[in-house]
Amino acid sequence: MRHVLAIAMALVLGGSGLLAPAPSIAQSKGDVVIGVQCDRTGPTQIVGTVLCPGFHDYIALVNSKGGVEGHKINALEVDHEYKVPPAVESYERFKQEGAVSIAVYGTPQIYALAAKLTEDRIPGTSPGFGSAAAADGVRYPFIFPIAATYWSQATASIKFVKDQLGGSLKGKKIAFIFYDNPAGREPIQVLQDLAGREGFQLREFAVPPPGVEMGAQVLDIAQRFRADFVIAHLFGGAPAVSIKELKRVGYPLKKVIGFVWASAEANIEAAGGFPAAEGYYTMQFAGVGQDYPVLNEIREMYKKEGKPAPKEMASTVFYNRGVLIAALHVEAIRNALKAKPNGKITGADVKAGFEKISNFTLGGLVPPLKITPTDHEGGGLVQIWQVKGGKFVKSTDWFSAYPDVLAKHIKDAAKS
Amino acid sequence: MIHRECGVLKTSYEADMALYPLPIARWAVGALAVVFFGIVPLGLGEYYLSVANLVWIAVIGALGLNILVGYTGQVSIGHGAFMSVGAYTAANLANRLGSPWPVNLLAGGIMAALIGVIVGIPSLRIKGLYLAIATLAGQFIIEWIINHVTFISGGVQASIEVARPRLGSMALDTQRDMYYFLLFFVVLAILGTMNLVRSRVGRAFIAIRDQDIAAEIIGINIFRYKLLAFAISSFYAGVTGVVYTYFLGIANYEQFQLGVSVDYLAMIIIGGLGSVQGSIFGAFFITLLPIVIRRLMESFGGVFFEPQTVLNLIPNLRVMLFGALIIFFLIVEPEGLNRLWRNIRNYFRIWPFAY
Repeated sequence: MRHVLAIAMALVLGGSGLLAPAPSIAQSKGDVVIGVQCDRTGPTQIVGTVLCPGFHDYIALVNSKGGVEGHKINALEVDHEYKVPPAVESYERFKQEGAVSIAVYGTPQIYALAAKLTEDRIPGTSPGFGSAAAADGVRYPFIFPIAATYWSQATASIKFVKDQLGGSLKGKKIAFIFYDNPAGREPIQVLQDLAGREGFQLREFAVPPPGVEMGAQVLDIAQRFRADFVIAHLFGGAPAVSIKELKRVGYPLKKVIGFVWASAEANIEAAGGFPAAEGYYTMQFAGVGQDYPVLNEIREMYKKEGKPAPKEMASTVFYNRGVLIAALHVEAIRNALKAKPNGKITGADVKAGFEKISNFTLGGLVPPLKITPTDHEGGGLVQIWQVKGGKFVKSTDWFSAYPDVLAKHIKDAAKS
Repeated sequence: MIHRECGVLKTSYEADMALYPLPIARWAVGALAVVFFGIVPLGLGEYYLSVANLVWIAVIGALGLNILVGYTGQVSIGHGAFMSVGAYTAANLANRLGSPWPVNLLAGGIMAALIGVIVGIPSLRIKGLYLAIATLAGQFIIEWIINHVTFISGGVQASIEVARPRLGSMALDTQRDMYYFLLFFVVLAILGTMNLVRSRVGRAFIAIRDQDIAAEIIGINIFRYKLLAFAISSFYAGVTGVVYTYFLGIANYEQFQLGVSVDYLAMIIIGGLGSVQGSIFGAFFITLLPIVIRRLMESFGGVFFEPQTVLNLIPNLRVMLFGALIIFFLIVEPEGLNRLWRNIRNYFRIWPFAY
């Protein structure tokens, strides 16, 4: 019977832990709360383990300099393992703690929270993923893609390919290899539109989840379809596999461009390192590399505390994206606080703050976005960086392309 | 002690058929009803109610799965997909025909039941692990169809927005409204399951689980009852999918992938196969444990580590602790939390006069 009692004790303890009042995360009066969702343990952990520290480092930097307009920022993080129920739970938690903006992470998660964000009037960001139609600020007033959506990435990639192939795509063959889920299929309609307009032949190659088996598709691209250029839209472990397979069948990597989640140091390293991926083009919505003033400031901050700079900083693609997301949240809050000097800001104020962001570049790390009440994407700007000589080398400056095509698709989406 | 179990004499058929023959059981149920209908929704904030709502959704799904796995002995790894069938049926009806939620709910459940029966057909010839693989195939086929047929999925995004359910002129949009909405179905599901398993149908299920050849010999139509079990269980799953859709305001197929099916199996195995209480315990356990672990680590983690380290540590430790606790509880009591609860109850029933 003793072990029964022990179990009873365990149950009681577990129960009391549950009923204990929510541990108040240390916050002084006047703190501004941001909710951060993260995936450090789920299928996209190679993103989360680097991106989230970037987010927190930027917030710590802002706080070390006295905060925003005298208010400290308190970024609450919850890891949701890329699952929906924990994302819902964490959202309610952020709301309870008084969060004025939420950095949502993951396509299914932004879908699941879209209705709640609008009902509760709290702005949520979905940088580089999620519904491209959310760029429409009238239809989705509280969702902010703030970085190039998959549609903008599609138009930008076609523009880049066009330049690479000598200024005309007539009669060319472009292969689009994608992860077969809603996020993966999202750009196809835009690409098909562009194929008709530019006169190139587009063929889609689906890679079923979990995306580690694509030998047949790659062989098809290289030897049967004989693509002039390959656009890869893959996630997680899949980009590395695509690079390896393309190399194996002898397809030149300098005729391959990866979308934003197929473009980090981690992907290249998993594919066998930088020398193996020489020539591969990547698309970026934040600056790459360590030479930005804001990153130097973060290193300074760590130095002052007598600590080495965090190792995540070396993985610059995702780290810099974390900094970018945090910086845009902080700017939105700064705009909100400027409009309401008494410091009592709500989600609606921060939404207005997001819509005032323009020409905030953080020394080149952030593209010159212009977010407006109608355009929550801010222009959909990207840079192309190429793997060259052991590092990423910038190929183009910030650009976007075919705004009329994008506008048409966003308008069509609003009608349905 | 405070109640008598002996000397309860039943003098009518009604008394014999009562769901709770003992007075203490009736009091306990009454007390639970007061807690969950009164104290919890009125005393807790929106956040806690949102957690409770996630638990209620899990309870309905776990009860349904337990009818199939626990009572009838047929394994299914396809319940996530059955939920998506219900969810998309309801979402399509709501958006295309504008039908009210009770209609959508029933239609979602019935559609899921039909699909469940089709997926369950192999159960007539194969058992155990083989059947598990067949239902796994069902999961993948349904996922693929929803993912690729835009008529069902409503577009490339495979997600359909649904308006909040309305009760008369009131839209159920706060967590408290949703709490009562979901609790209503939880009560229905619990009553339905409890009555099902002590009916002729339920006894047939149990007979099939214990020894299907013997069941056939005593005259149970295995064909009919196995498919019936799949139908009822999938109906519950479909309803779970529908209420989940209304809870989130959107149907998205990525909410119903293989991991969800496995989570629900975990719930009923940890809770206790073949018991209503076990399903409820399991749903509570699997939904709440990660949250509780994180809360505790947030409270005490800062004592030992730096803030940035804690952020990195919490999610990883949580995953490990979650796994370890599941193993711990299964070693302590392989028959699940329900058996654990009965052991505790039996101990205190004669306490302090154990001998």
